[in-house]
Parts: sequence; C-alpha cells; structure tokens
Amino acid sequence: MKILVCISHVPDTTSKINFTDDNSKFDSNGVQYVINPHDEFILTRAMWFKEKQGASITVINVGEAGSEPTLRKALAIGADDAIRVNAVPTDGFFVAKQLAEVIKDGGYDLVMAGRESLDYNGGMVPGMTASLIDYNFVNACIGIEVDGNQATVTREIDGGKEIVATELPLLIGGQKGLVEDKDLRIPNMRGIMMARKKPLQVVEPVDAEAATASINFEKPVPKSACRMVDAENLDELVDLLHNEAKVI
Amino acid sequence: MSVLVFADNSEGKFKKNAFEVTSYGKKVAEMTQTNLVVLTINANNVSELANYGAEKILKVNNDQLKDFNAKAYADVIKQAAEKEDADIVIIDASSNGIYLAPMAAVNLEAGYASNAVELPSSVSPFVIKRKAFSSKAFNNTEIKTANKVIGLSKNSFGLIENSVSATEEDFAPTLSDDDFKITSKSVERATGKVTIADADIVVSGGRGLKGPDNWGMLEELADVLGAATACSKPVSDLGWRPHSEHVGQTGKPVSSNLYVALGISGAIQHLAGVNSSKVKVVINTDPEAPFFKAADYGIVGDAFEVVPKLTEKLKEFKANQ
Ligand SMILES: Cc1cc2nc3c(=O)[nH]c(=O)nc-3n(C[C@H](O)[C@H](O)[C@H](O)COP(=O)(O)OP(=O)(O)OC[C@H]3O[C@@H](n4cnc5c(N)ncnc54)[C@H](O)[C@@H]3O)c2cc1C
Ligand SMILES: Nc1ncnc2c1ncn2[C@@H]1O[C@H](COP(=O)(O)O)[C@@H](O)[C@H]1O
Repeated sequence: MKILVCISHVPDTTSKINFTDDNSKFDSNGVQYVINPHDEFILTRAMWFKEKQGASITVINVGEAGSEPTLRKALAIGADDAIRVNAVPTDGFFVAKQLAEVIKDGGYDLVMAGRESLDYNGGMVPGMTASLIDYNFVNACIGIEVDGNQATVTREIDGGKEIVATELPLLIGGQKGLVEDKDLRIPNMRGIMMARKKPLQVVEPVDAEAATASINFEKPVPKSACRMVDAENLDELVDLLHNEAKVI
Repeated sequence: MSVLVFADNSEGKFKKNAFEVTSYGKKVAEMTQTNLVVLTINANNVSELANYGAEKILKVNNDQLKDFNAKAYADVIKQAAEKEDADIVIIDASSNGIYLAPMAAVNLEAGYASNAVELPSSVSPFVIKRKAFSSKAFNNTEIKTANKVIGLSKNSFGLIENSVSATEEDFAPTLSDDDFKITSKSVERATGKVTIADADIVVSGGRGLKGPDNWGMLEELADVLGAATACSKPVSDLGWRPHSEHVGQTGKPVSSNLYVALGISGAIQHLAGVNSSKVKVVINTDPEAPFFKAADYGIVGDAFEVVPKLTEKLKEFKANQ
C-alpha cells in the first residue's frame, strides 16, 4: 500500500499569537513550529500500517524551506521519503491543488490528512483535495482498517460515531482516536540519524490561484476581569447567571 | 441570483443549527439584495424554517439519501445552487456540515470560508470574519471567486425570528452511483443524552476531580442544568471518561452559551477549544489557576464542597421558575 501523509507545519500550540505589518501578517518571531497535532496521529497510524501490513509512507508539505525540519521530523518518526512543494501555502484551495497534482502523479492508495490545521483551522484541504481527484473521502476519522482494496472507517459524528465501508483509493481527514496520545511516536536518535539520509524531494508548484485571501487579523476584545464569587455565597452565582449573564 | 442555505436535520427534525444558518442566510440575502432559498433533504416538516426568514424551501425526498452521505449531499447542494442561480451557499458547522462544505466548494468552483463568525463586513469585495488560531484571533478573509461557500461557526450568530410565508417546492436531484461509494454500516449515538455539539450548557471536569468515581456530582450538576458533560484531555487519556468527552484544541470544540469548568487548570490548549463559549464559570482550589483569567465568574474553592451545594441551589432556582 502506498500511503501519502499530508503534514501541515503550524505554530506550537503554546505560542503567543501576534501580528505585524498593520495586523496583516502573522508574527513568526520567536515562534516554534511543529507538526500539526492532528497530523501526528495520522502519521503514527500510517506507521502501524507499515509495520503490520506493509506500506510505504511518503510525507508531504506545501510550504517554504522553513518547513523542512518538520518534514525531517516525520522522516525520523519513520516515513520513507518526503516531498516539499515549494510554495507559500496561501489558502486551502491552493494547497489542495498542489496536493492533488502530487497524488495524481504518485498513485497513492491511501492519503491521510488531519481534521484541521491548528493555525487557520480551515478544515478545507482534505475535502477539497479528495474532490479535485475524485478519491473517496471520510472526514473526522477515529479509526481505519484496510483489507486489500476494502476500507472500514469510523468517523466521529455529533454525539457518537458512524462506521462506513468504502474502497481505496481513499483520502481521510483524521484525528486522535486513530491512535491515542500514548501511542504517538517521537523520533529517537537512530531515527534522526537515518532521516538525514532519506530523500526529501523539492518540487515546484503547479499554477493555481488561491480562492481566498487573508486581509488582516484581529485579536478578540480583551475580557473584562473575572467576577469572583465567594464559595459560601452560591446564591449570588445563581443570581448572576440568571440575571446578568442570562444563561440559565 | 440567490443565497442558498443548506438546513440539515437529524432523523427528519431540524436542530438549532438549521435555524441559525437560515437566520444568517436571510441577512446575507438582504445585504446582497437577493432572495433566500433553503435546501432540505428528507425533513419531516419544513414549515418551521419560515419563522427564520426562509422565503423559498426546496424539499428533496429521496430514500437513497436517508443515510448522510457527504459526496451525494454535496452533489445535491451543487444542483440546487445551479437551479436557483445561487452564488452564495451557507452551511453549518456540524460534523456533517464541515465534512461536505469543502466538497461542495470544489463542485461549485467556489472559495470557501470556514468558521465564519459574523455577517460579511462587505459584499464587494466579499470579506468575512473567521476564527483562526483556535479562537486566539480572527482573520478577515476575502473570498475572491464568483461563487462562495460560507461555513458558519456554531452559536456565533444566534437565531433571528423573521416570519415569512414560504413557498415550498419539491426538488429531485440527479444522483449517480458515483455518489454512493461510501456506505454507512452502523451509527452509534448516545441516546437521551445532550451532546456537546448541541448543548447550550456544558459542564466539564479536569484532573482536579481526582478520579472517575467522583463524576457523580458533575453529572448531577449537568442534569439540573440540562447540560452535556465534558472533560479535559488528561482525564480522557487516563481513561476516567470516554474520549468523546475530551474538549479542547485536539478534542471537540465547545461553543455553548455556558461552560462550567470544575478542577481544570485552564491550559492554553484547553482554552483554545472552549474560548468561543459565551460565559465561563470556573471552580478551582487554586486562585492562581490560569483559567480564572479567561473566565467570567470564578469561585476559589474545593469542587467536592462547592459542586453539591451549587447543584442544590440550582434545583431550588429551577423549582421556583
Ligand atoms: C499538543 C497538545 C494538545 C493538547 N490538547 C488539549 C486539549 O485538547 N484539551 C485539553 O484539555 N488539554 C489539552 N492539552 C493538555 C493541556 O496542556 C493540559 O495539560 C491539560 O488541559 C490539563 O488538564 P487539567 O486542567 O484537567 O489538569 P491539571 O492541569 O492537572 O489541573 C487540575 C486543576 O484542578 C485544580 N484542583 C485540584 N483539586 C481541586 C479540587 N478539589 N477542586 C477544584 N479544583 C481542584 C488544580 O488547582 C488545577 O488547576 C494539550 C497539550 C498539548 C501539548
Ligand atoms: N501546507 C500543507 N501541506 C501539506 N498538507 C497540508 C497543508 N495544509 C493542510 N494540510 C493537510 O490538511 C489538513 C487540514 O488542514 P486545513 O484544511 O488547513 O485545516 C492538515 O491536517 C494536513 O494534513
């Protein structure tokens, strides 16, 4: 099975979010970038396929040279090779176009992406990519088994889960549940050494126009201070929730 | 031109999100001086949509579409948009909505703005405010394409009553085998429980509650409030509560009206997932817990003492309502 794992390169989840140039650009100064947390789950699940059923794993990122350490980390975790499409990932549609092109050429059986990137939280790339190349697509996957050409996939739905059956080629948007936190692989020394020698191919983007453009950013209005209520005075809390906040 | 809203239902019945996208669609239609058309698939009774401004309602009734199927639904949306000459399509942020919206966008060659939290700030150019960086910021995004798909963030706009007399019309889309390459095998849904996605109120517990045996008091509080129950990530990682209750950046997002946090420190990744809840109440023994900075109401105290008392107070309050 040929697996492609799509990795987005995002600010570490504890990063302070700031903007520059009149709030039009994200301020990456001092920001540590990491593999998008959802993508860590899919990468580990891909490793299980490789170890239990045999599979090759290619990881891909659409991004500038700055995202190579993230790809190297994925290689150190156990992916076989990496592709970087050399372009600024301007919007979800643009990224989907680039991924679609690589998938068409590479003939992947299973393409694994994350539910959403934790920067723009678009949740756009997986569904758009699948539609562009007419792959079967299941979103919010929390379980996947592949047997020959057949796939059984569990997806999270509001208030529960649904099990669906489909065929390869398949693209999923995955999340925790595919594997659990305790299963997540972290690179070890040997992996890091080996990753240096694994192929990382840089390809140029295909012509595509972004469908959306970021104009600028805003910070949420600062919260007024928390109103403290004495633990002995719960009537006050009930009253505030009813009369002031009007939520009960 | 028109604005097309997809109003999803659950077993034939509309939920709040259907009325929210309809209310929103009505306003967008007013801004663009066009008409609102609401698309429904296998809904029992569509008349309620007219309370929120649905002037025209398209009714698809088709047994093949009984189980949700993202590709087929996205295909129906495309056909409805073409038939109604709709250049703006609005979809909710339910698990089904976020699944099918990007597919519908590709079908319609439309730019897609997910997580929209407000009406467009301008329609030419078309600019809309969206959540970004897990609610730590907003991004004003321009959709540059002629067709546009908007994913409306849950509970961000609310319901606006606007009674109109609706025309109902049957609509029979053309479906092909290609639409049904994914088949539903089974659906498991907690019955009789309020889900985190639909809940107006969520009561959530963290590691401060010490162990799974102590969740009884949390459930009682949730019961009185008609709330869904949730938990922090370590609580689900430790197996104290099911993973489906894990909320936060890597778990479920919460955008309820009221979020009550018991014994949760308020780590940045937890807050990222719950910040869009409107009112937050925090009960924590540690006055320095970071959650107090993000909360509206706080009690410094031991959850084991405060929660049972609060439940009693709320019972009294409800009895007098
Ligand atoms: C990539 C990444 C993603 C993450 N995603 C998430 C996520 O989605 N959701 C999430 O929740 N976390 C997430 N985390 C974990 C997060 O950083 C915190 O570790 C976690 O939220 C802490 O959970 P907690 O508040 O339950 O536990 P703790 O931090 O241990 O806090 C327990 C709190 O309970 C209080 N307490 C103790 N006893 C009592 C008592 N008797 N009564 C009242 N209060 C009491 C304490 O004062 C303390 O504030 C993520 C972390 C990473 C690195
Ligand atoms: N620039 C990118 N390069 C490769 N994969 C990406 C990129 N952006 C998003 N993805 C994939 O798409 C998923 C959802 O991202 P998004 O649509 O941006 O929320 C991510 O978890 C990745 O798997």
